[in-house]
Amino acid sequence: MQKDLEKENKKLLKVKKKMAAKERRRKRPSYFGAMIDPKRFHPSQIKFYLILLPVLVITVLPILFTISHAFKPVEELYAYPPRFFARRFSFDNYRALISAASQTDIPFGRYLFNSILVSIAVIFLSLLLSSLAAFAFTYLKFKGKKFLYAANQLAIMFIAIAVAVPRFMIITYLGISNTYLAHIIPLIAMPVGIFLLKQFMEQIPKELNEAAIIDGASRWQVYWHVTLPMVKPALATVAILAFQIVWNNVETSSLYIIDEALKTMPYYFGTLTLATSSIAAQGIQAAASLIIFMPNLILFIILQKNVMNTMAYSGIK
Amino acid sequence: MNKVEVIHGNKKKKIRFNSAYLFIGPYAIIFLIFVVLLIVISFLLSFTYYDGVNMPRFVGLSNYVTLFTQDLDFMQSALPNTIKYALIVGPVGYMMAFFLAWVLAQLPRRFRNVAAIILYSPSLTGSVLISVVWKAMFSGDSRGYINYLLLNWGITNEPLQFLQDKTTIFIIMVFVGLWSSMGIGFLAMLSGILNTNRDMYEAAYVDGLKNRFQEVIYITIPSMKPQMMFGAVMAIVGTFNSAGLASALTGASPTPQLAGWLISDHMQDYAFSRMEMGYASSLSVVLLMLVLVFYFAANHFFRSDD
Repeated sequence: MQKDLEKENKKLLKVKKKMAAKERRRKRPSYFGAMIDPKRFHPSQIKFYLILLPVLVITVLPILFTISHAFKPVEELYAYPPRFFARRFSFDNYRALISAASQTDIPFGRYLFNSILVSIAVIFLSLLLSSLAAFAFTYLKFKGKKFLYAANQLAIMFIAIAVAVPRFMIITYLGISNTYLAHIIPLIAMPVGIFLLKQFMEQIPKELNEAAIIDGASRWQVYWHVTLPMVKPALATVAILAFQIVWNNVETSSLYIIDEALKTMPYYFGTLTLATSSIAAQGIQAAASLIIFMPNLILFIILQKNVMNTMAYSGIK
Repeated sequence: MNKVEVIHGNKKKKIRFNSAYLFIGPYAIIFLIFVVLLIVISFLLSFTYYDGVNMPRFVGLSNYVTLFTQDLDFMQSALPNTIKYALIVGPVGYMMAFFLAWVLAQLPRRFRNVAAIILYSPSLTGSVLISVVWKAMFSGDSRGYINYLLLNWGITNEPLQFLQDKTTIFIIMVFVGLWSSMGIGFLAMLSGILNTNRDMYEAAYVDGLKNRFQEVIYITIPSMKPQMMFGAVMAIVGTFNSAGLASALTGASPTPQLAGWLISDHMQDYAFSRMEMGYASSLSVVLLMLVLVFYFAANHFFRSDD
């Protein structure tokens, strides 16, 4: 008896749920506002999938091609007719990449080490300096604040390529050319990072800071214990942007560093790219691009939520 | 404002060191040296002759005069190429980014996230490094993928020299530029659309809004102007910050017939191959001015009134 009743109840509930869902679908207004961020599939979305599909395919194909090219054995690179996807996976290209490096006397590991060291330094320092500065811009009073912030806003459009000459002069003047510092210091100042962090800090409820100060916290403690934990998404975003800039950077190595042992990986890959255009080199270059590309992509996938969260406050007024 | 005073804490009127300078100082120093000062020096150097070794020598406006009257490479290739490239890749890439963001915003979250990652990923590659793909695609022998397909389908009888011809190189550059233009501005616009106030749409329909297109023009864009502006700025930066793509495609610098040769390429060539750094600086100034023109145009469109 009891069981039957329960079964009956469950059935009723199911039917009710179905009805409710139907009702929702029927009631769904046709205007766009109700369509933003839908919870589930709806036939009206089919047209959007149809628009997106070719775009996604065109976007992803070159990347898939690079991946497949990077793992193609040499004989497949030369195969005619050319094959889009590798049939047999091999690490030939990676082996060639590393042995090519040993011909320049500098082992591949050295370039890799330099890249990692410089990237970590730039990420750490730019996060530290940007968050301190954004804190000052958001909460503190100091002379020249307005001017500095206006300059920073304009500098978001800073085109690094355009000032290669004076950068060269200053690096020489400061006596840091041909050192790791030449890699690191020019890349620390990231106007867009300050901007994103400040926008984010402005969203933190004021009560939090006030409570901490009533409890006797100093500015530094507020910064470290209240503000930083609250702006983690923005910090993650700035870290990603900093990483993209420093990890892909070729300019520093090719213009400001003479000592081969202090140059970074993308520079070394760049020399391969320009040196030859033979087909075997293509495989090596694909392998190289993949080494540059993958850490960027993985970092973004891991931190995507944070980035989207930060972007919600990215508007320039 | 209150908060500022609360954080200040100490209300004694004594003059004391403001620790705000410790917060802002390190960034301010590096920012002033490696951004502001660099632009100032660029500007000053553009009035000098400077070879990178001897002291710069003041030459007045002669760099600019040379630039606009004698440098045929600049007037016939670098300048028109840069403007054409910026006018196509900037606005078209920007509109594509907005349109795709708008489409994505109307799809369920899980699919949207995956699609956003895919669309964003080309902007991570760095156009020069990935040029290996385009070289393989557009290679001028029958081994090039596009040529192979064209030959196979009987569209052409002999392989086309995509990477020898000025026009096709430029088209490939534009294609690569558009391909990688779904950067951080695209993400900003996507999240802007996702955060627009939904009630506004309903109200607008009551007030006589008729279709999707009107929605976008009258509700969506106005309510996310700040994100639109951020996206525009990022589009401008992305467009002008590119150099070396044509060289990477053709494997030569300068490129044959200066195909796809941009002001930034021209500048780097003068600065670091010919060591004419004063002249190169006047090219930088022109480039920075172009960026500003584009910025003010964008600002004109998306200025928030508040």
